[in-house]
Amino acid sequence: MTPVLSVQHLNKVYKDGQQALRDINLDVAKGEILALLGPNGAGKTTLISIICGIVNATSGRVRVGGFDSVTQFRQARSLIGLVPQELTTDTFETPKGSLNFSRGLFGLPPDPGKVEQVLRDLSLWDKKDNRIMTLSGGMKRRLLIAKALVHEPKVLFLDEPTAGVDVALRQDMWQMVAQLREQGVTVVLTTHYIEEAEAIADRVGVISCGKLLLVEDKYKLMASMGQKQLQVDLKTPLTELPVTLAELGFSLQNHGQQLLLGYRRDDENIAVGAMLSAIHQAGVEVADIHTVQSSLEEIFIELLQESP
Amino acid sequence: MNWRAVLAIYLFEMARTKRTISQSIVSPVLSTSLYFVVFGGAIGSRIEQVDGVSYGAFIVPGLIMLSIMTQSLSNASFGIYFPRFSGTIYELLSAPVSFWEATVGYVGAAASKSLMIGLIILATAGFFVPIQIAHPMWMVAFLVLTSITFSLFGFLIGIWADDFEKLQLIPLLVVTPLVFLGGAFYSIEMLPAAWQTVTLFNPVVYLISGFRWSFYEISDVGVGISLLMVMVFMAVCLTLIGYVFKTGYRLKQ
Ligand SMILES: Nc1ncnc2c1ncn2[C@@H]1O[C@H](COP(=O)(O)OP(=O)(O)O)[C@@H](O)[C@H]1O
Ligand SMILES: [Mg+2]
Repeated sequence: MTPVLSVQHLNKVYKDGQQALRDINLDVAKGEILALLGPNGAGKTTLISIICGIVNATSGRVRVGGFDSVTQFRQARSLIGLVPQELTTDTFETPKGSLNFSRGLFGLPPDPGKVEQVLRDLSLWDKKDNRIMTLSGGMKRRLLIAKALVHEPKVLFLDEPTAGVDVALRQDMWQMVAQLREQGVTVVLTTHYIEEAEAIADRVGVISCGKLLLVEDKYKLMASMGQKQLQVDLKTPLTELPVTLAELGFSLQNHGQQLLLGYRRDDENIAVGAMLSAIHQAGVEVADIHTVQSSLEEIFIELLQESP
Repeated sequence: MNWRAVLAIYLFEMARTKRTISQSIVSPVLSTSLYFVVFGGAIGSRIEQVDGVSYGAFIVPGLIMLSIMTQSLSNASFGIYFPRFSGTIYELLSAPVSFWEATVGYVGAAASKSLMIGLIILATAGFFVPIQIAHPMWMVAFLVLTSITFSLFGFLIGIWADDFEKLQLIPLLVVTPLVFLGGAFYSIEMLPAAWQTVTLFNPVVYLISGFRWSFYEISDVGVGISLLMVMVFMAVCLTLIGYVFKTGYRLKQ
């Protein structure tokens, strides 16, 4: 299937000589949720801004729905909705007026029904005629989302949608993304919260210093990179680790109350069943067992340390 | 052509005008009335007639031009500068709107507002002095062309400026003097010969002269030359805007 978004050899050097992007290549499939994960200054906003036509690329090309973002900008941009990182709203306008304006810019006829539906979806209906400056920060954030959704985009870009947002709104946002995916909308979001990528993305791209270090299925990423740890709680503490278990790589923790074994998830020499029977044969009584998987955060730190 | 986008921008800008109605309409009317009291009353009692027209009536075209030029500049420059400053321009830049469509929307709105103000001032002036318009079509043509041209110029200033000071700089330091020295309040024949020559390098002279001719059939330069100058100025602005749009100058990093 042809990707709905395709970025090829994209470079950006800002006027002050700052290289914000280095040879970015990225394909995003229709209906996919991609999280771009990276620290501040990594180039996430720059990448999105070039795709959406706000910043000029230094070299490379972008296609949206098969349309070149520069030579066929009209077709390409018609497919795009953008929620910017900064809360930039027209303070004197009303939410309703602002949504009508957004539809107009995208060449769409007025549609009071659609405007009402989007405002209701984002819990802004009772504020529809208030001046935007009287809205809270969270409401402004939702308004920006409403503006991006009111022209029914096929690809939605959310630039740090949950930065500085309270827990309830963050949950709403995640739910909204899931709903959009069901409708076949492709979502590209940037975040520096690992949990966010972990919670909602299908694939995760890790970006640092303008380089896309990898793009990987979320589960594969965790499987291939992630450390797992087998933790075995003991009924009676051991004073000494049985030799058979030490040979398998176990160590004794917590004043002899817990056996620990770290392994890579894709390490085929590790068979948890065999481990357990070895513990049994050593005559150790087990109270409880659990496995712990490293989070994306740990994976991320590992990746950044590997890259030069 | 994305006409809905042009209309959306136009209506957005007109709504901004409506919100600041007292500031945008009342203040030009008030200042024009003051000009009549000061120039028409105080000076007019000494000058009485210029080229067979009473001084009060003589300054009407100049006053209208003065307002149209300054209003076009401030409206159009602010209209595009403010979204750049506040960041809301992201929406315009990421929408399927060409730069020319954006220009038509912004400049069209600024020019419409100037036209409205120009006509209101004309009506106001009618209360003070008897006005005759010899060539209404020419008058409207000069009014429309000047509004559009100076709105284009203002649009450029709004794109070029990167702080509020620069936004005010050109209108204040360049345009206001040119307009005042452009024969709004006098016929350039009233100046010493050397100054008359200098004055001919002032593009505003041509606009005011042509506009005044459409009222009273008196002019400092030929009306054809006046029209040509407006066109040249407009062409220069359009060329510069074309450059801005091709390169994304100050709009896209
Ligand atoms: N307009 C600009 N001019 C110059 N440098 C910029 C500009 N915008 C961003 N940068 C630089 O580009 C790099 C990437 O920035 P950005 O894309 O905003 O990162 P992120 O969104 O990942 O935090 C940073 O080093 C930043 O300082
Ligand atoms: Mg950013």
